[in-house]
Amino acid sequence: MKKNAMSLRDALIEALGADAAPNAGQYPASVPLFEAPKARFAEAAAVLKAREARLVAEWATDETPFGRGFGVWALYNAGDEYLTVKCGVPYDAPEFPSLTKTYLGAWRFERRMQSLMGVEPAGHPDTRPWIKHEDWPKDAFPLRKSFDGETYLQRVEGDYRWVRAEGEGVYEIPVGPVHAGIIEPGHFRFQAVGEDIINLEERLGYVHKGIEKRFESLSWTDGARLAGRVSGDTTVAHAMGYCQALEAAAGCAAPPRAQWIRALLLERERIANHIGDIGAISNDAAFTFLLYQTAILRERMLRTNKTLFGHRLTMDMVVPGGVAVDVSAGAASAIQDELASVSGEFERLVRICEDNPSLEDRVYGAGTLSAALAKEMGVVGLVARASGQNLDARVQYPTPPYADIIPAVPRLRSGDVHARVWVRVEEVRDSIRIIREILRYLPSGPLVTGCPAPRPGAMGISVVEGWRGEIIWWLQAGPKSEINRAMARDPSMVTWLALEQAIKGNIVPDFPLCNKSFNQSYSGNDL
Amino acid sequence: MFRILHQIFRTGIVTEPLAPGEEARVTLTGRRLEEAILRRFRQSLTIRLVDAGSCNACELEIQAVNNPFYDAERFGIHFTASPRFADMLLVTGPVARNMEVALKRTYDAISEPKLVVAIGDCAYDAGAFGPGYATRRSVADVVPVDAFIHGCPPAPSAILAGILKAVGREG
Ligand code: SF4
Repeated sequence: MKKNAMSLRDALIEALGADAAPNAGQYPASVPLFEAPKARFAEAAAVLKAREARLVAEWATDETPFGRGFGVWALYNAGDEYLTVKCGVPYDAPEFPSLTKTYLGAWRFERRMQSLMGVEPAGHPDTRPWIKHEDWPKDAFPLRKSFDGETYLQRVEGDYRWVRAEGEGVYEIPVGPVHAGIIEPGHFRFQAVGEDIINLEERLGYVHKGIEKRFESLSWTDGARLAGRVSGDTTVAHAMGYCQALEAAAGCAAPPRAQWIRALLLERERIANHIGDIGAISNDAAFTFLLYQTAILRERMLRTNKTLFGHRLTMDMVVPGGVAVDVSAGAASAIQDELASVSGEFERLVRICEDNPSLEDRVYGAGTLSAALAKEMGVVGLVARASGQNLDARVQYPTPPYADIIPAVPRLRSGDVHARVWVRVEEVRDSIRIIREILRYLPSGPLVTGCPAPRPGAMGISVVEGWRGEIIWWLQAGPKSEINRAMARDPSMVTWLALEQAIKGNIVPDFPLCNKSFNQSYSGNDL
Repeated sequence: MFRILHQIFRTGIVTEPLAPGEEARVTLTGRRLEEAILRRFRQSLTIRLVDAGSCNACELEIQAVNNPFYDAERFGIHFTASPRFADMLLVTGPVARNMEVALKRTYDAISEPKLVVAIGDCAYDAGAFGPGYATRRSVADVVPVDAFIHGCPPAPSAILAGILKAVGREG
């Protein structure tokens, strides 16, 4: 029998025995929750890692409204199994064992937890704040209940310690936070010898808006609108993630027709973003022609959205309990016509790409993320698939209609810019197929169902494959059935870290191209 | 190469006049537009964008004004990497605390006369994010604003029409 044939759940129970206490308050029940003593939290991580589990997310809760201290949570995945481990942390001794020795991906999760919740990861090698910049008061922990989220924080003096590389001929290039193009802000610091990048350090958090804190002052219904603005280019996927987690916690389900329409919008979002990215990456590889051509295709799709659904980016269409729009027979045939024309044009552009040797030269071998590193860092989505990882939440965690219409999950092994472009190309094709099937078999019935507020203490979790990759939402109801905690894990939170690794050994002028091929979200990371 | 030429031929010219139905919802503030600004902008308009905490959807729609449908260049509108050459500052987002200093610095780096146009509902009144510990109430709390373009996000046609309105030209 293979070592990892045992489920994560059984492995955890075997190792921790009665110290792994099941908690039935998290829904759906298919994602089990175990509470472990704090002293065995890191051991649980090591046990799961030995079973090939990936660390999906790690976060903290302030549970003083329940008369408890803090909660520290880790979500793991292997194959189609997701599992949560929680440990309680006393309020007056806010410290927990760091998972960084076992999981590289814990690095930034824990810096974020330390910065925003004030829980200390003991043994973490990097104690610098993350998201929270140096001019924040040291004792400002916005996610604590005692923190006033409505008052603008004053500024204090402070200093950020950059990683320094020393040696002959090493020089530093700081870039940002404001960049040259029409893009989001972030700071990159390169250390280079000649043109070769020997180190890149990212510093993000510039667009931190206190989104997670704000949820705690919203109604469950109003939360959907904010979820749709965590990362505007991913509005459908994030609104879906929020609504599915809410529906799980509340014990209701969107009607079948609504779930299929959500998937239709999700696949449209994937196509529009992938097509736009293919053009933008080509543009950074000095092939401007493609940028304009793909921009036309993208614009056509957004116009169809406006005509059929009333919003170019289909914001606010996914609502708790269902959807706010229907797909009439006329709309269905309009989408079929549009897809036929987009698909034809797209294939023509792909052939032009394949014909263009100068483009190929730039994209092969650039910004390589090895399969081993992608796995080690817990990277997800198209970046993971371009580095050989068999990861797609639509397959590993299928919600309707993906149990019936199974996505193709294209994979490449090379992990370079070319692979990331090519995974997008294949996914555009497959999403077109998925939409056609959705339209063919779209169930009839209501668009929305009434959902009660979750019971006090109930927790809901969801996994949605957005166009960048796996998105996690985790919601917890407080003692009055209010939102006690809303946690969003955008793919960017894990994948930004991988860009630092993939860029090493590339030349400085190739950074924009490599960065664009990852195209991670700043807003989705910074929250 | 042959395929490229063929594609250009197939695509033809897609630019279109700004549709009258897509008139921008714009708030012009009390800042007086100097004659000098109007004269200077008559030739061309160079824009610097600062994302001060947007959700990134406003950036998508600003990018779209450069696509062949809207083709902002035909109005002499160019985006620049350097604030020193900019005539206009476009700002998105409710002004995140961590972007406030960078926004002010960019504003200061643009030479007078200069126009500031704030794009999107959250730039107007913090929108979906609301004012809070990490967000201002409006871009106008940080830098003087000449015009707000409403929408979440505003459509590219509204952005283009709003920019033209802000400099006192008709779309
Ligand atoms: S106005 Fe709306 S779309 Fe634009 S950045 Fe703000 S939240 Fe996003």
